[in-house]
Amino acid sequence: MAKKDYTKPKKRLFRKREKQLNRSFAGNSLLFFIMFICGIFMVLPLVMIVNNALKPLDELYQFPPKIFVRNPTLENFSDLFVLMNDSWVPFSRYILNTIIITGGGMVGHVIVASLAAYPLAKHKFPGKNILFSMVVLSMMFSWTVTQIPQYLIISALHINNTYAALILPAWSFGMGLYLMKQFMEQLPDSLMESARLDGAGEWKIFWEIVMPNVKPAWLTLAIFQFQQMWGNTGSLFLRDEELKPLQFSLQQITAGGVARAGAAAAVTFIIAAVPIAFFLICQSNVIETMTTSGMKD
Amino acid sequence: MDTQEMTISQEALDIAKKQALLSYQIKRNKASYFMLAPYFILFFFFTVLPVAISVGLSFTHFNMLEMPTFVGWKNYIKLFLEDDIFMISLKNTLLFAVITGPISYMLCLLFAWIINEFKGKVRAFLTLIFYAPSICGNAYLVWNLILTGDRYGYLNGILLELDIINEAKLWMQTEKYVLPVLIVVQLWLSLGTGFLSFIAGLQTVDKSLYEAAALDGVKNRWQELWYVTLPAMKPQLMFGAVMQITQSFAVADISINLAGNPSVNYAGATVVTHLLDYGSTRFEMGYASAIATVLFLLMVGTNKLVQKVLGRVGE
Repeated sequence: MAKKDYTKPKKRLFRKREKQLNRSFAGNSLLFFIMFICGIFMVLPLVMIVNNALKPLDELYQFPPKIFVRNPTLENFSDLFVLMNDSWVPFSRYILNTIIITGGGMVGHVIVASLAAYPLAKHKFPGKNILFSMVVLSMMFSWTVTQIPQYLIISALHINNTYAALILPAWSFGMGLYLMKQFMEQLPDSLMESARLDGAGEWKIFWEIVMPNVKPAWLTLAIFQFQQMWGNTGSLFLRDEELKPLQFSLQQITAGGVARAGAAAAVTFIIAAVPIAFFLICQSNVIETMTTSGMKD
Repeated sequence: MDTQEMTISQEALDIAKKQALLSYQIKRNKASYFMLAPYFILFFFFTVLPVAISVGLSFTHFNMLEMPTFVGWKNYIKLFLEDDIFMISLKNTLLFAVITGPISYMLCLLFAWIINEFKGKVRAFLTLIFYAPSICGNAYLVWNLILTGDRYGYLNGILLELDIINEAKLWMQTEKYVLPVLIVVQLWLSLGTGFLSFIAGLQTVDKSLYEAAALDGVKNRWQELWYVTLPAMKPQLMFGAVMQITQSFAVADISINLAGNPSVNYAGATVVTHLLDYGSTRFEMGYASAIATVLFLLMVGTNKLVQKVLGRVGE
């Protein structure tokens, strides 16, 4: 018989909680109750999206409407694939376009914004404060304000009806630079100083020391940029059907009316699920980056 | 005379010195400027220049076909004195901003604060649930199913079953329901970047501050929140305010997709829907630019004001 190991702590189903500072049972119950009610309100539409995607057509048009699906099926998704194969432009083309546009927007933005964030965070030079406050100011209004002139400028640059019309403006997204700069500020100066003493130039320091140390911020910039670009149908700048992103064709399917209600439910699910899944993967990195998001006045 | 000459030459010398210093400074920091260049060139073309053009065009008549002609303040005069729909949309936008701005801000803070009481997986899960609506793109269209005006709508179905109403209500076609319903949907969508910033901010508050505060006589969580937590996360509070304010002024898509554009008696019209109406339907670009400029001033003005107020908190 094996000897009992007394050094191991005994496993208990309910570990006794140590009493937390300033927390009362009544307060806990009240707050958790509020949280529960609001949580249901928040999650219910999401639950509906999932359930509708799995409902057969007769359940989608049932009275009284039921939130939860009774006979789950993947019919809606197979209908969607049939519709996709019928489309005039091959569907893989739309997917490729989305990969080029969102991928190009994300990678370019992370590089360009990090490159600008490094001197703003760590160097002293004339004009630094003005440049940074312009970026902060740009976060204070939405892109709708500049939509018309942006269209004129893109036409003037002759990049209308190309991928660049969507990718290039995305690179200069203000919040990305802001978050990256705030995150870089907390890197210890000694890190760069010792590299400088070893004779490394600023470019080398940037690529070999700064960038590897701000990985959580890359992911955060990439994911925020993705959220911005994922919903873009590109219909403002792209005329050619062969250039349009997935989102455009998905919306065409949703606009198909009653007959396509099943496929539309599947589309809604895909539209919601992709960014949520992406966030889920990067969540801890995003939270880490956001700890430095604060504004100092 | 002599002394005057002296001071003048002294001044000239000082200026020369300063210039030498500036050009020297610029030269010395060449690498920094090269690093800044790609971002700020794009930023100039797609943000700074558009704002300037928008302000410029707002004083012209411009239909994209002919060259713009200068009309002075005419667009603004028409906007504020003759355009009744603009007044309705301005009123709606301000209502949105005044209601959803502060409420969504408080909700972000409240939820972040409660979520902070949880640990590990539960915390991550709750964060995801509350944040998910703001990133799910056009999926908020699911509200169309909830709000459908016949018996097949989920809201009508549930209310009919519970005998709260006797007949199906046309939620999005009845003037008095449009704005309140849009506000609810907007609140559902509004726990975005600001919310994440608060969650992150709460995690960084130094634990020893709470112990010290308890010794100083802080008795419950509400006092703790007010005296310790909020002052410690002031930078995040300011960042969150910018996010929520900008968002609450820009409401348009949900109005267009749920209530239609134009909506019933313009009950869901906002400044942005009005802007889109003139910009992309009627091609009156001068007038649309005037609307954009007013919106720009509203957003930036409110943000600056709130920053000032928040900056004073706890000082």
